[in-house]
Amino acid sequence: MKKTKFNKAHYALKGKMVDFFGWDLPVQYSGLTSEHIAVRTNGGIFDVSHMGEIFVEGEKALDAVQFITSNNVKKLKPGKIHYTALPTENGCFVDDMLVYMISDKEFLLVVNAANLEKDFKWITEKLKRFNVNITNKSDEYSQVAIQGPLAEKLLSKFTDEDLTSLKYYTFIFGKVNGISSIISRTGYTGEDGFEVYFRSGEEEATELFLKLAEEGEKTGILPAGLGARDTLRLEAKMSLYGNDIDDSHTILEADLGWILKLKKGDFIGRDALLKQKEEGIKRKLVGFEMVGRGIARHGYPVFIDNREFSTVTSGTFAPWLKKAIGLTYMPADNCEADTIFQIGIRGKRVDAKVVETPFYKRK
Amino acid sequence: MDQKNLKFTNDHEWIRVDGTVATIGVSDYAQKELGDVVYIELPQVGDTFSKGDACSNIESVKAVNDIYTPLSGEITEVNESLEDKPESINQSPYEDGWIFKIRIDNSEELDDLMSSDKYEEYLKGI
Repeated sequence: MKKTKFNKAHYALKGKMVDFFGWDLPVQYSGLTSEHIAVRTNGGIFDVSHMGEIFVEGEKALDAVQFITSNNVKKLKPGKIHYTALPTENGCFVDDMLVYMISDKEFLLVVNAANLEKDFKWITEKLKRFNVNITNKSDEYSQVAIQGPLAEKLLSKFTDEDLTSLKYYTFIFGKVNGISSIISRTGYTGEDGFEVYFRSGEEEATELFLKLAEEGEKTGILPAGLGARDTLRLEAKMSLYGNDIDDSHTILEADLGWILKLKKGDFIGRDALLKQKEEGIKRKLVGFEMVGRGIARHGYPVFIDNREFSTVTSGTFAPWLKKAIGLTYMPADNCEADTIFQIGIRGKRVDAKVVETPFYKRK
Repeated sequence: MDQKNLKFTNDHEWIRVDGTVATIGVSDYAQKELGDVVYIELPQVGDTFSKGDACSNIESVKAVNDIYTPLSGEITEVNESLEDKPESINQSPYEDGWIFKIRIDNSEELDDLMSSDKYEEYLKGI
């Protein structure tokens, strides 16, 4: 199994380790619920080194990234980040990702671990004519996420950079515990926070993670695992590739119209998406909560008027909201808030209702 | 509750026998493995099960876990308080966290269960 540079720290902190797409990573340390609550109230420290880092460099790097993604790269400036899709020709998802603009000749694409090889192949293939260098540096980069209302205070103890002035979805280069890093104000939890990327040996990485955990503990910040990462992102209605978005649902159907800039010029998937926008979508990703007793899980069938329409894409008991929530695709003309439908839970049909999203929004 | 009087299964259920009726719950080890229990689906009084049948579900935030009855028989009572307070399974696995009672159909099935000491040994091997 692949190990991140923080692996020894996880064992030292008694993480409960699992095989996550071939990576040996902690699903939890002290407990999923306590970690989830800690991130909402104080903070959490996550190893997200499994994420993929692909660099695109060259004279035409901007045009290249513009061509393979749905958001408008021309709106970025050096030091800015945006969320975007890597669309298929049909306007569905090869992946979703973050684009970091280092300069107009250099971009960093942060992609899902499970899709890394597929993405790299896709990008390389699609960008042939742009004459850009595309390098997969995922194995070199570690990434630690510090998330939560006290994240800025904690990370400030490890860097001389002024984090107060670092705005959401921007990044700087700076040292963290002496290690040259990309410090990015982003996250996947619905809280304020940072994602720090760096290249170092195992020793420095372990030291950093353990120091963060030790210092964090003083203010109730806990190391947190993949379990809490998933429940936190779902409360904030952040999509998970393979669950809520995939290569058979379009960006419009996934209710991610805000990352789709059809007027920016040509890009992969534009024609299909333009057509769908004109014709209107037939189904849409919506949030729901359970009305009857039960917890909807990924893959459970969704019934509308006794007909199976789709399946639950993500579902869990939400530790902060203390109720069972989830996401599913619903007919676009039947997804007003409070619309009642049924979910099949172990042979029983249990009522659920459409609700406004995000389920949770920080104040 | 003195754990010494309980019997256990490989699947981490505990059993307390009172005459012809057995009370079933999950062990302390099991509740720790499950994590915070947030939902339970209880069997219905009057349902009959054979040994090894899945008769109840316990859910933590991330996972669904079946509870298998270690004994055959008819359900005589269920712990309805768990529907509102599933966390009792974590807080008090051997007392408030009991799950159901079953009328013992075949007392020979009791021979297949582990004593408390034997269960402790079994846990060391996990």
